[in-house]
Amino acid sequence: MTYFLDDQIGSAKDRKVKLSCRNIWKCYGPMDSGIYQMRDTPERASAVAALRSSGCVPAAIDVSFDVHAGEIFVIMGLSGSGKSTVIRCLSRLVEPSYGEILFDGEDLLEASPKRLIEIRRRRMGMVFQSFGLLPHLTVLENVAFPLRVQGVDRQRRESRASEMIELVGLKGRECAFPAQLSGGQQQRVGIARSLAVEPELWFLDEPFSALDPLIRRQMQNEFLRLQTLLKKTIVFITHDFLEAIRLADRIAIMKDGQIIQIGSAAEIVLKPANDYVREFTRDVPLAHVLTVADVIEPYRGHLQATQSCGADMSLLDAMPSFAGNLEGFAVTNSSGAIVGEITASKVLTIFAESQERTR
Amino acid sequence: MPLFYFQHDLTWLTNTAVWLKGPIERGLNLVMDMFVANFSWAFGAISWLLSWPLTELQGMLQWLPWSVTLVAFTLVGFAAAGCRLAIFTAASLFYMVATGYWQESMNTLALVGVAAPLAAGVGFGMGVLGYRSGVARRVLIVCLDLMQTVPAFSYLVPLLLLFGFGPVVGLIASAIYACPPMVRNVMHGLASVPSALVESGEMSGATRWQSFWWVRVPAALPQIMVGVNQTIMATLSMVIIASVIGGFNDIGWEVLSTMRKAQFGQSLMSGMVIALMAMILDRISAGFASHVRSTVNTPTVSRSNALAASALLLLALFAASMLFPAMRQWPSEWRVYPAAQINDFLSYTVSRYGWVFAEIKQIVNFCILLPLKIGWLRLFDATGYTISPVNQAAYWVAVLCAMLLASFAWKGRGAVLVALVAAACFFGLTNIPWPVLFMVVGVAAWQAGGVGTAGFSLAGMSFILMTGLWGPAMLSLYLCAAAVALSFVVGGALGALAASNDRFSAFIRPVNDTLQTIPQFVYLIPVIFLFQVGDFSALIAIVAFSIVPMIRYTEHGIRSIDHEISEAAIGMGCSTLQKRFQIDLPIASPAIMLGLNQTIMYALSMLVIAALVGTRDLGQSVYIALTNADTGAALTTGFSIAIIGMVADRIIQAWAKKRQRQLGLQEIRSA
Repeated sequence: MTYFLDDQIGSAKDRKVKLSCRNIWKCYGPMDSGIYQMRDTPERASAVAALRSSGCVPAAIDVSFDVHAGEIFVIMGLSGSGKSTVIRCLSRLVEPSYGEILFDGEDLLEASPKRLIEIRRRRMGMVFQSFGLLPHLTVLENVAFPLRVQGVDRQRRESRASEMIELVGLKGRECAFPAQLSGGQQQRVGIARSLAVEPELWFLDEPFSALDPLIRRQMQNEFLRLQTLLKKTIVFITHDFLEAIRLADRIAIMKDGQIIQIGSAAEIVLKPANDYVREFTRDVPLAHVLTVADVIEPYRGHLQATQSCGADMSLLDAMPSFAGNLEGFAVTNSSGAIVGEITASKVLTIFAESQERTR
Repeated sequence: MPLFYFQHDLTWLTNTAVWLKGPIERGLNLVMDMFVANFSWAFGAISWLLSWPLTELQGMLQWLPWSVTLVAFTLVGFAAAGCRLAIFTAASLFYMVATGYWQESMNTLALVGVAAPLAAGVGFGMGVLGYRSGVARRVLIVCLDLMQTVPAFSYLVPLLLLFGFGPVVGLIASAIYACPPMVRNVMHGLASVPSALVESGEMSGATRWQSFWWVRVPAALPQIMVGVNQTIMATLSMVIIASVIGGFNDIGWEVLSTMRKAQFGQSLMSGMVIALMAMILDRISAGFASHVRSTVNTPTVSRSNALAASALLLLALFAASMLFPAMRQWPSEWRVYPAAQINDFLSYTVSRYGWVFAEIKQIVNFCILLPLKIGWLRLFDATGYTISPVNQAAYWVAVLCAMLLASFAWKGRGAVLVALVAAACFFGLTNIPWPVLFMVVGVAAWQAGGVGTAGFSLAGMSFILMTGLWGPAMLSLYLCAAAVALSFVVGGALGALAASNDRFSAFIRPVNDTLQTIPQFVYLIPVIFLFQVGDFSALIAIVAFSIVPMIRYTEHGIRSIDHEISEAAIGMGCSTLQKRFQIDLPIASPAIMLGLNQTIMYALSMLVIAALVGTRDLGQSVYIALTNADTGAALTTGFSIAIIGMVADRIIQAWAKKRQRQLGLQEIRSA
């Protein structure tokens, strides 16, 4: 139904694939490599179960997904679901047992150690849950560290680092040591450091999970602000579904090393792939998840009030337009042309159907 | 039990296989001779290589005017930990100057100055190796255990044969003895760097080299610095011990020779130098270590200014000391040396109050030491009484009652423990037939750590049995057991007190620190003066040295109990005593057991030093082997001591680990 708004949506799916993860397996412990070739069948499920009981740990099982340029791709799962393993496989911090990782068409698993270091130096950045700041270096030196590793001279790397520190709002704390900063400030340093080399790919491994709820929300806003400026290709890990729907263009839900469902927040909430996902989405307020694109209908020509909406604007933000127009309102794009309408009956229908399903 | 009564006819049970003593020792000597004959050139070269920096450093320290050295150390002390340490350092060094021990002190310092970097460097290398490779780590851990438990006296002999007479032997012995803490800390530090840190380095594109030197090593630096501090302290301790080979005119030699001549004033004054030097070195290195930990940033400009100012000050002092010779060399007529007065005072005190010490000694001897050593039975025999069968029966009835009580309070194991202690006191530890001890230790090891631990223990004890060292080993065991039991009770009580009383804790902490930094040697001085030579003096020296870990671990164990547990106990209406005995001590028991373990290790290491005050156990055997330059005897005896230590260590560690798992506590590291 999104074709009405194509010019605004800039649908991620249309952009080119930046990172492609194909049939990635990661198993700890000795095992038979025949299992990697197996399709997703009940036989494979029982083979994996047998592996588990024999003491092997299959942390990632046949994980495949594509991340498009400029997209925020969130991998969501509870602890032990294998999400951290997957993000580490993407950068080869953990060596996958099997599969392909194509970064702009180049298979990272084939890269020599030298090439890999080159790629990490210039094109990847990563933020860690526990920050991973070097305790013996100041904020400035920490942010400049990736450049120092590359051999950039002191003056250039420090001026670049200062820019990054200013970008994340820590100007004035350059000379502090990590231990002297609060958790939120430390993660800002972590973010600044990961951005110092202007990476194309940005990995964030539960970056806000160690923070207080209020700070977390603040950091999420900060993150979205940065992304509108920088337009990186992002893989973001979280165990918090609300965080996922706030930030994600698309979400992958993982359980026991497998991806269960990939889709936009609305797709996952409205069409959960199985009971496990449904259980997750049960308490999610639908108005947060649904976007204008999910409820828009072709304009039929009688609704008067108009409202300019982006396609990915959440329904909640569009709600105020119903004030005084209880039946519905017309939607215009940024140039003022009417592109469709949102009616109260459509919104209510979706809400009712969704409640019906989860009952 | 009946075995005990028949042992007069079965002497082989306590006086064992001497026929194996010869071959093993002769074999070792033979190997040693071959080694010396074929490789002496290599060791000669090493010896030459090491003696070069030593003589250089010694020469420089002797050449520098005392005033310059004193101020330099004061400045270093200030940089390390501020004003108080600076004052303490200046005062201590001035003591060395004023009492005329400057030359000896500087010689000892030169030894430490060469041995400590050597030990730290080698230790760092081995630590990195152990961190890199699992095989190397397993080999290293066994080696480290041996290096720390085999008494230094026993490897001094082969070192003497290999490197020839001279200070280099002390240097190498110090390096051997002092590098284990460095290795352990480096391995632990490198391995426990948070993975996110290493990953962040890797994601920055660090090469292996960069990742190791720029990320892992700096992140592990606080732990590594702890290792450096421990290594420096161990070096000093060993440099003092190694002075028994003599020939370097250092402060350890001064203490030893005056002690042998029974010049207590002199040995006390020179012993004081060692204690002060130990405290300075400890505080300074600990101060720098904590700088690394806190990473408080001092602006680099002021630091370089301070350095320049210090250098100017030292230069000015140097120039001044050229003008005033008193600043270069303390005039001998200014020497403050009240040794004679101290001697007078001491002999007056002893003649006046000596009976108090004598009484204490007698009470402990007759109530604890002698029963444990030869048993009530023999003790009464020796004093002319005989215990009538009725009385013997009464004793065993009393023991049975105690066992019953114990079995109610602590189940079956308590009863077994009571029975063992009662039997040991009745017959004496040294009279225990070896099959009984094998059985007891074997069962304990099997219970605590399974078949492997039991096998290790039995194999180790068989070694002692077969090398014919069973007799002295039992004497060591008895002395050690008495000292450890005493430390356990007293130290445990003090630790428990410190855990509940903040003021006492604040008081006991510096006392512990001091006791732990002073080299073992120094303990002997007051002890031998107050109680003369003998087992009791050894006991006191051992307890004084080995009580510290017991106090520390008990306090730490109780203090680190989860607050909620304490609150729950109080909430349920426990009285203070109930809480202590039914909540605190059981939960803290793994930590307390690790404290006991350390106490045993400390006691064993002190045992050898205590041989200097005339014990007759393994320590003495090592010492005799040293004076005879008998490699075989020195090594077998040394290994026997190491075995006692390692068996106790394995059993207790296994038990503590098991218990910690049961209690779900975090593992407490015994560094």
